[in-house]
Amino acid sequence: MTTTVHPKTSPEVGGIGHAVRRKEDDRFIQGAGRYLDDIVLPGMLHMAIVRSPIAHGRIRSIDTSAAEQTEGVVAVITGQMLAEHNLAWMPTLSGDTQAVLATDKVRYQGQEVAAVVATDPYIARDAASLVFVDYEELPAITSPQQALEPGAPVIRDDKEGKTDNVAYIWEAGDKEATDAAFAKADVVVTLDTHYPRSHPSPLETCGALADVNPATGEATIYLTSQAPHAHRTLFALVAGLPEENIRIVSPDIGGGFGNKVPIYPGYVVATVASLLLGKPVKWVETRTENLISTGFARDYHMHGELALTSDGRILAMRASILSDQGAFYADAQPSRFRAGLFHICTGSYDFGAAHVTAKGAYTNKAPGGVAYRCSFRVTEASYLIERLVDNAAWKLGMDPAEFRMKNFIRPEQFPYRSPTGFVYDSGDYHTALREAMKLVDYEGWRRKQAEGHPEGKLYGVGIASFTEVVGAGNSKEYDIAGIKMFDSAELRIHPTGKAILKLGVRTQGQGHETTFAQIVAEELGIPYTDVKVQEGDTDNTPYGLGTYASRSTPVGGAATAVVARRIREKAKKIAAHLLEASEDDLEWEPGRFFVRGTDKGVTIQEVAFAAYTNPPEGLEAGLEDVCYYDPPNMTYPFGSYIVVVEVDPGDGTWKVVDMAAVDDCGVRINPMIVEGQIMGGLTEGFAKANMQWITFDEQGNCIGSNFLDYLVPTAWETPRFKLGATVTPSPHHPLGAKGVGESATVGSPAAYVNAVLDALRRAGHPVENIDMPVLPHRVWGAIQGVAVKP
Amino acid sequence: MQITVTVNGTTYTSDVEPRRLLVDYIRNDLGLTGTHIGCDTTSCGACTLIMDGKPVKSCTILAVQADGSEIRTVEGLKRDGQLHPIQKAFKEHHGLQCGFCTPGMMMVGSALIEQNPRPSEEEVRWAISGNICRCTGYQNIVAAIQAAGRELAERG
Repeated sequence: MTTTVHPKTSPEVGGIGHAVRRKEDDRFIQGAGRYLDDIVLPGMLHMAIVRSPIAHGRIRSIDTSAAEQTEGVVAVITGQMLAEHNLAWMPTLSGDTQAVLATDKVRYQGQEVAAVVATDPYIARDAASLVFVDYEELPAITSPQQALEPGAPVIRDDKEGKTDNVAYIWEAGDKEATDAAFAKADVVVTLDTHYPRSHPSPLETCGALADVNPATGEATIYLTSQAPHAHRTLFALVAGLPEENIRIVSPDIGGGFGNKVPIYPGYVVATVASLLLGKPVKWVETRTENLISTGFARDYHMHGELALTSDGRILAMRASILSDQGAFYADAQPSRFRAGLFHICTGSYDFGAAHVTAKGAYTNKAPGGVAYRCSFRVTEASYLIERLVDNAAWKLGMDPAEFRMKNFIRPEQFPYRSPTGFVYDSGDYHTALREAMKLVDYEGWRRKQAEGHPEGKLYGVGIASFTEVVGAGNSKEYDIAGIKMFDSAELRIHPTGKAILKLGVRTQGQGHETTFAQIVAEELGIPYTDVKVQEGDTDNTPYGLGTYASRSTPVGGAATAVVARRIREKAKKIAAHLLEASEDDLEWEPGRFFVRGTDKGVTIQEVAFAAYTNPPEGLEAGLEDVCYYDPPNMTYPFGSYIVVVEVDPGDGTWKVVDMAAVDDCGVRINPMIVEGQIMGGLTEGFAKANMQWITFDEQGNCIGSNFLDYLVPTAWETPRFKLGATVTPSPHHPLGAKGVGESATVGSPAAYVNAVLDALRRAGHPVENIDMPVLPHRVWGAIQGVAVKP
Repeated sequence: MQITVTVNGTTYTSDVEPRRLLVDYIRNDLGLTGTHIGCDTTSCGACTLIMDGKPVKSCTILAVQADGSEIRTVEGLKRDGQLHPIQKAFKEHHGLQCGFCTPGMMMVGSALIEQNPRPSEEEVRWAISGNICRCTGYQNIVAAIQAAGRELAERG
């Protein structure tokens, strides 16, 4: 572990460790980004979707005549029409099926029922309101507990022989060993908590612009997609279009956070409409459509238990999950793992046994289960263990930092095999927590807490020491819908020594155009400003699985380093030829080969020129290569977050008065970008702890269908953050880097909640739990010891 | 209805439907796509532009209400080939990630510092509290706006 990495390259070259400013910013600060809705094609039509106003009901009839007669309407598409092309249903990323346009029943409020295509978006929306659908309303199921009651109406009666609402059942770990450990426990601590439904709600909603050439059948589909290559293949498989005729272009993306991983019905319908009409068709969601119908996240009802010795050692963990999947099981996750990577729930602690069971239920809510700024349910896992550990320390009368220190996996134990089968690559948890304690002045806050707040408020200090697992694959264990989770980089060095790097991943704000250019700069000494990074166009980039679950740097970044090194090998041959020396006599320094012990050398730019103008005999011309990188393991970023809150016992409100976040994501390629990712994630963690959730009433109406009801924090509510770093390189990543885009969303929610609970407990209120969001009335109820409405 | 508006120094006369939103007029009729749409409820501020000197959310104003007014959008921040201090500061302080909220943030920020070039952190946070960013956590946006204000003040 170190705390700093000294760059090997000059600031002008801008390799690893330089906080260079982002190349992509120049267009964004001038309003010259090109997002999906900015694209206009000749003859383009506009589509609006007709959605179900009810949560559960049988469709008796659909009357499209008034809509069809509206001037400017070109077509009205129903599920029946799609069924004729066998497109009324599509597969989900979890191997389930999902209705594209409902033909039999609607299963959640906001479900897609029909689509109107018109010459103008205003007309399309007007006409959509003129499509009359007659429903026979059915009782709505709005919780997984209700869904699993005997005799509950079967939501998925489209599935042959389905007699219940179970979406999946899964388990991990060793039940016998866990039971044995629990039998020996001095103390067992339990926790029941609901990680509420949330929505990534990127500021740009989802959309598609499909342009199918009526003569050739070639389809160019502009898509708000985090995974354009995988989407191309799925389009080919679902729509039966020849894959060479499909070009997915993912333009600038206005935030994704997992929301833009699935394929949505609107994408498919817009494509079918363009195919049928021979014209480009654009569909862009409204905010309400985004919140009520596209991929939600979380919604895990969790039960956890820790077996403990009386002197504060963890022996084992049990966890059981009931997940609310909505009407279609559509988690975007590796296919072998039905509850994602939830079984990382043993966290940062060393103990012998764990057993995890999970069951998913269908309900009359929107489908999704996307990894919202998270690696496949790791957020839920991290939250459960960090809340449990805090409760354990409290029950045993130990300081939560001391309890964690006592149970952390020790640095010498890495690589560490967890009781549920993960092999953690590297870590130094004790140092990260110590650094965070220093940064926040832990002892100082404990003293202030003991002295009492000057105005009678309550101070609370909360810790979370998370471990994440990011960067899927390896391809043996990890695939999405059968496609293996490798990723790719193609690097071409032009004759003038400038370069283009083409990637299979797709940035949505993470700064790939800069970070990945810096990797090339590090490996080849070509200034990062001379390296153009291209992503998102499937015709012009190598195949990859895309950007989500913090996998771009672990996988795409590794591919970039490897391909650059391959090019350096070839460059060395050319350099030897130019210098009339043996390859063995050459040495490399960033940007230049030289003959050992002399000042005779050639720059990488001179080599690049020679690759096209003067290649050595017997060597192919050109200087380019491609790498498909299959990671040997995931990377395991970690860190410790400490939050200090001030709770007003009079009304239950709380605010963050201090927060320190120490992250270890291995080697930081661009420290500025890394810190930006962390601050964004800490904010989203705060959002979930403080305000951000989606609920439903008993009829299945979505509460939280707009930004007036679905509260996301503004600058006014958002805390200030102090950041720290430790650097424990990943031993298997070519650059020692780990993913970082999601650490703070994963790790921080428990720290906020633990802080509020700490404030209450130290003031003499023995509160076991408050579910997120920790709303004032819940805090007030906990202080008063009275039950309050959720 | 016929309207006349001056946008970034150019005067346009157009026929618009009375119900047409100003943001649709700016984006689709004038092709100035730097102004974005993030919600439909005046909550997110992605559509913020400056109308007659004041930042307004163009998703909740009809184009006809803008008749006779002077409008500045993100495309009009750059003057004589020079970036506005707020544009430079957003890049320098890493005040943006996906870039979708950025034009709205910069329009509000520029309006603030033109009135008050040395705003406190609280004042900046209050000024941009009608604008949502989902990526950055705001800290760098606040720093960028304050830095741009300092540059503006030093220029005099």
